[in-house]
Amino acid sequence: MSLTLLNVIVAVVIAIAFAAANAAYLVWAERRGAARIQRRPGPNINGPFGLLQPPIDGIKLMTKQLMIPGGADKILFMVAPVLAMAPAIMSFVTIPFSENIVARNMDIGVLMIFAFASMGAMAILLAGWGSRNKYSVMASVRAVSQNVSYEIPMLITAITVIMVNGSMDLKAINLAQAGGFWHWNIFPSLQSPLMPVSFIIFFICSLAETNRAPFDLGEAESELVAGFHTEYGSMGFGLFFMAEYANIVIGASLTTLLFLGGWGCPFGLFPGVWWFLLKIYLLIATFIWIRWTFPRTTIYGLLNLSWKILIPISLFNLLLTAGFMKVF
Amino acid sequence: MNPSMAITEAPGLFTADGLTGLIFLIMMAVTVIGGLIACCAERLVRAIAGLIVCFIGVAALYYFLNSPFVAMLQILIYVGAICITIAFAIMLAAPEESRKHGPAGPLSGPLGFISASLVAIGLIAMAMRTVFTSYPKINKGTVEEIGIEFLTTYAMVFELISIVLLIAIIGALVIARAGRSK
Repeated sequence: MSLTLLNVIVAVVIAIAFAAANAAYLVWAERRGAARIQRRPGPNINGPFGLLQPPIDGIKLMTKQLMIPGGADKILFMVAPVLAMAPAIMSFVTIPFSENIVARNMDIGVLMIFAFASMGAMAILLAGWGSRNKYSVMASVRAVSQNVSYEIPMLITAITVIMVNGSMDLKAINLAQAGGFWHWNIFPSLQSPLMPVSFIIFFICSLAETNRAPFDLGEAESELVAGFHTEYGSMGFGLFFMAEYANIVIGASLTTLLFLGGWGCPFGLFPGVWWFLLKIYLLIATFIWIRWTFPRTTIYGLLNLSWKILIPISLFNLLLTAGFMKVF
Repeated sequence: MNPSMAITEAPGLFTADGLTGLIFLIMMAVTVIGGLIACCAERLVRAIAGLIVCFIGVAALYYFLNSPFVAMLQILIYVGAICITIAFAIMLAAPEESRKHGPAGPLSGPLGFISASLVAIGLIAMAMRTVFTSYPKINKGTVEEIGIEFLTTYAMVFELISIVLLIAIIGALVIARAGRSK
């Protein structure tokens, strides 16, 4: 179990490449999905099915001049996009893609992902404040209050799963779910009869944590121009974009690992990384589908949903699970 | 290596001890630089950014000292919760220029420098004269062992801290409710 320097470098390079490739092609998938739902063509000119669109967009972003607005706080303005991207890369370190494909399996994997995910809110806050733009500040206040309030039910639900599986180790949680879909955590068991509810809460929270529609109050174009990244152009904006999609991948991976049996096959055949990728991309497709189907909520509706519905239900679920585990 | 053994000669950079020492020095530098930014920044938001750097350095030190659980909680609680709450409060209260102002206290200037150096000299003298002995490892630092310790050996402390937190939450709610008319 020695972690050599080469191991670390390879893991980091793969994590960055995976995040970047996902960011590029999820944008394409999102635009195509949006177009299909709204009955318009979408990017279809460059390459077959428009598949060359992401590299062209990337080159465009990278060749643009880096503009810093006059009144902005220069250091914080430059630091914020990096701070948005770095925690997302860190979280990939402990996500097991299959039983053997994991950069560093930790016995506190769930905790580590939540710890680094909570740093993302700070990046949004610094970006909004550093831009010195009132729309940006408003947007970052909204985004952070949303992130903080949805982190609570998400963590409580994760604790429910951790209690049922008796481990914070993502690999151990998945090995406990191996061998057929009836072992998955999403289905009610004797220990936790409300597991489907937990899954729905967790999924809603991961939508809100990644600032996706219908919860994208942080970048409501109709009210706040473009939200916290109004003042960002070129690769600064590109990094925020990549961080958003990297966070979506992490959210989908975590949902898969905690509830959907990770790399296990529904029928116990050929478990491996392909099942994991299939599951996360199905979840991401659901993310895209939801984004282009539902209208944006209001900020009060959003906060009320978390504090008045999700937190009480998840707390009740936690107590119920504890009771059932004690009795059975 | 036995921690109580005095290091007589510096290890080479590309040995295990050398690289460990280098990583330790980098983490110390991150912590100290973060602390300096937090103290010296003119704008409060920058001071909080420095505080985050400092906390991340401390978390890295915990990880270095073989306690990943404490390191992750340090990031989750201090960076993810406390710093964000402070930054949030500052932005809501004074979103524009929030530079330091007000008259300098009597300890600023030479007097402050002298008192700070006295404290520093005292601490350095104490650190140089202490003989550091190594203690046996209490446990492996895994979640399971920390949980068992919390609910057996330190159960009293654990419960008292949770009561303190409960009182703090209720107090905050009472204060917040008092502002509302109905």
